[in-house]
Amino acid sequence: MVIDLDRCNGCGACAVACAVENNVPPAHQQANTRNAVSLMNVSAVSNHEQFPAGDTAYIPMFCQQCENETPCMTVCPQNAVDVDPVTGIVGQVPQRCLGCRYCMTACPYHARTFNWRDPEWTDGMKAQLNPAVAPRMRGVVEKCNFCHGRLHAAREKAAAAGRNEIDPADYVPACVASCPTNAITFGDLNDEESDVCRLSKSDGAFRFLARLGTEPKVYYHTTKPWVRALAERSLTRTRQEEFHG
Amino acid sequence: MDSLLIPRGVQRTTFGRFLLWLLPWSALLLVGLYAIYLCLIEGLYHTNMDNRFAFGIWIFLDLTVIALGAGAFFTGFLLYILRRTELKAVINSAVIIGLICYSGAVLVLMVDVGQPLRAWFTFWHPNTHSMLTEVTFCLTCYLIVLLIEYIPIVLKNRQLRQIPKFLVFEFQLHKLMPVFAGIGTLLSFFHQGSLGGLFGVLRGRPFAFREELGIWPSTFFLFVISAAAAGPSFIMLTTRLAEAVTRKRLVRDDVYRFLGRVSGIMLIAYVLLKTVDTLIWINSTSPGSGFPAFEFYATRSFGTWILFTEIVLFGLLPALVLLSDRMRRNRRVLFTAGALVCCGVLLNRFVMTIQTLALPTLPFDAFLTYLPSWEEVAAFLFVIAYGMILYSVTYRYATVFPQEKELSMARADAAEAPAPSFPRRPSFVTALIDRFASSKL
Repeated sequence: MVIDLDRCNGCGACAVACAVENNVPPAHQQANTRNAVSLMNVSAVSNHEQFPAGDTAYIPMFCQQCENETPCMTVCPQNAVDVDPVTGIVGQVPQRCLGCRYCMTACPYHARTFNWRDPEWTDGMKAQLNPAVAPRMRGVVEKCNFCHGRLHAAREKAAAAGRNEIDPADYVPACVASCPTNAITFGDLNDEESDVCRLSKSDGAFRFLARLGTEPKVYYHTTKPWVRALAERSLTRTRQEEFHG
Repeated sequence: MDSLLIPRGVQRTTFGRFLLWLLPWSALLLVGLYAIYLCLIEGLYHTNMDNRFAFGIWIFLDLTVIALGAGAFFTGFLLYILRRTELKAVINSAVIIGLICYSGAVLVLMVDVGQPLRAWFTFWHPNTHSMLTEVTFCLTCYLIVLLIEYIPIVLKNRQLRQIPKFLVFEFQLHKLMPVFAGIGTLLSFFHQGSLGGLFGVLRGRPFAFREELGIWPSTFFLFVISAAAAGPSFIMLTTRLAEAVTRKRLVRDDVYRFLGRVSGIMLIAYVLLKTVDTLIWINSTSPGSGFPAFEFYATRSFGTWILFTEIVLFGLLPALVLLSDRMRRNRRVLFTAGALVCCGVLLNRFVMTIQTLALPTLPFDAFLTYLPSWEEVAAFLFVIAYGMILYSVTYRYATVFPQEKELSMARADAAEAPAPSFPRRPSFVTALIDRFASSKL
């Protein structure tokens, strides 16, 4: 996946689509941004300049699908995290999760979220639940898995048509489909012909915390030098950022 | 009825006063039980942990009590494997302390996890690459070993010894103790180390991540050695506490001094290795991950003072004190140094858990704070109350300190003996008793 930060306007449609697709329950009225279930978060960052040089960028952050020594997978004591050898997608098995939250501690992107409360939907909302995705119970960890319900549907369609491979057009995660500015490109990074592969190798493409060596499979793209510098942690953190983010 | 259960030759307070002593601990136990009920039945939203602070006070204190409880395995190792027989005086106490620490830690862990009924999954679907799997296996096995080691202490009760089968069982168990001590040492070595490894393997947390030595990160070995240093000091302090509460001498001073020396030797080794490890981390590991180490200490609350306190004030200083024979002979200095060692292990576990989680990783992350909820504090106080009750009941009805009888008889003899008509040099034991009697606790 490649996200073009120059196109992202921070509307949050991706986060909403993600929640609807994956049956994420509405936040409890006492919940806050740190303990509500959210598989995708959009953060606003600024270059701290005055007008007209002032600029803001929006960074959607979710599971970065680490390839090398996947931090969450290696630490899970009961194999509740797995990496699909075909797609490379890091999956989560909530039915096997103990809820120890060690994977959340291990994740450098804070992309994992815990169900601190029982999920609750109002009657009207229950009717709108996605039947392809099982809701998670209290006490387990969950995260973005690139909409595995859609992947299964694409595989079923391919099998029904007698094909071994899915049609890339049949499998598009909800965030990609919902983005009004087409900021997110999804596909097979190993396919040299694909748009996603080309964009990941283009100038301005980068990955967050690349030096940790976990080889994330989500790339970001920007033409703005200050965003790039921020991502590479070469900008000095201001006092405001230290305490308020 | 109660007096029939009390070991012969030792003095215990009246049953009424004993119940009075248990009363506040029982109240604390009930409050803790209510907090545990809330967390288990209603959910972990009663805690102040969140998606960023996924570990809180429970994991921090679990790691601490397991390190402090290491006195059980290390004392057993020194007594049964290295044959340091002077430690017979505290081995029973060490086993009880170990049992309290480990069972308490496991209990809190069961509240901490979101789905405690799935704990057996770790044995059924174990991820052999996970440090937590190693911790779970070793912790469970070692808790069983501690229970086995605790049984002979209970069976030594005056009334239980009258049952021939119990007597034979206790005798046979006693013969096997070196085997259990060996198994316990092996299991403890692995889980103490794995608890350090829990954080040392976190590639995504450059503050905690450490280079590997063999298949384990350096924190594996640092945790083992720091636990072996803190364990004897904690045994020393808890025994002193028991003496203060009961207003009696329970072990001879040479035992304290030996425990202090062992703690000092292990601590100086730890300080040296920790210093080397910190230098490697500052100069290589951390910058290699894209995080200059000084950034971690740039925030106001967690400055470099924390590193200085951990290595020098709570490390080098007590180590040098405990290695000096002259210093160890001063009880006040000895116990203060022991307390500093325990504070050091507490601070180290705090740094590895809480500080690791508070520090940001993403460039637009904030430095986070966390304050435990009353439920989290109460659940941990439950463990302390349970420990006090178990220790008190065992002390009252079993022979926890074999030297207690001898020391109390020596004290009684000294009290009954006529005053000498001419000044003479007091014996070692009477000098100790005099010093004890003159020092108000």
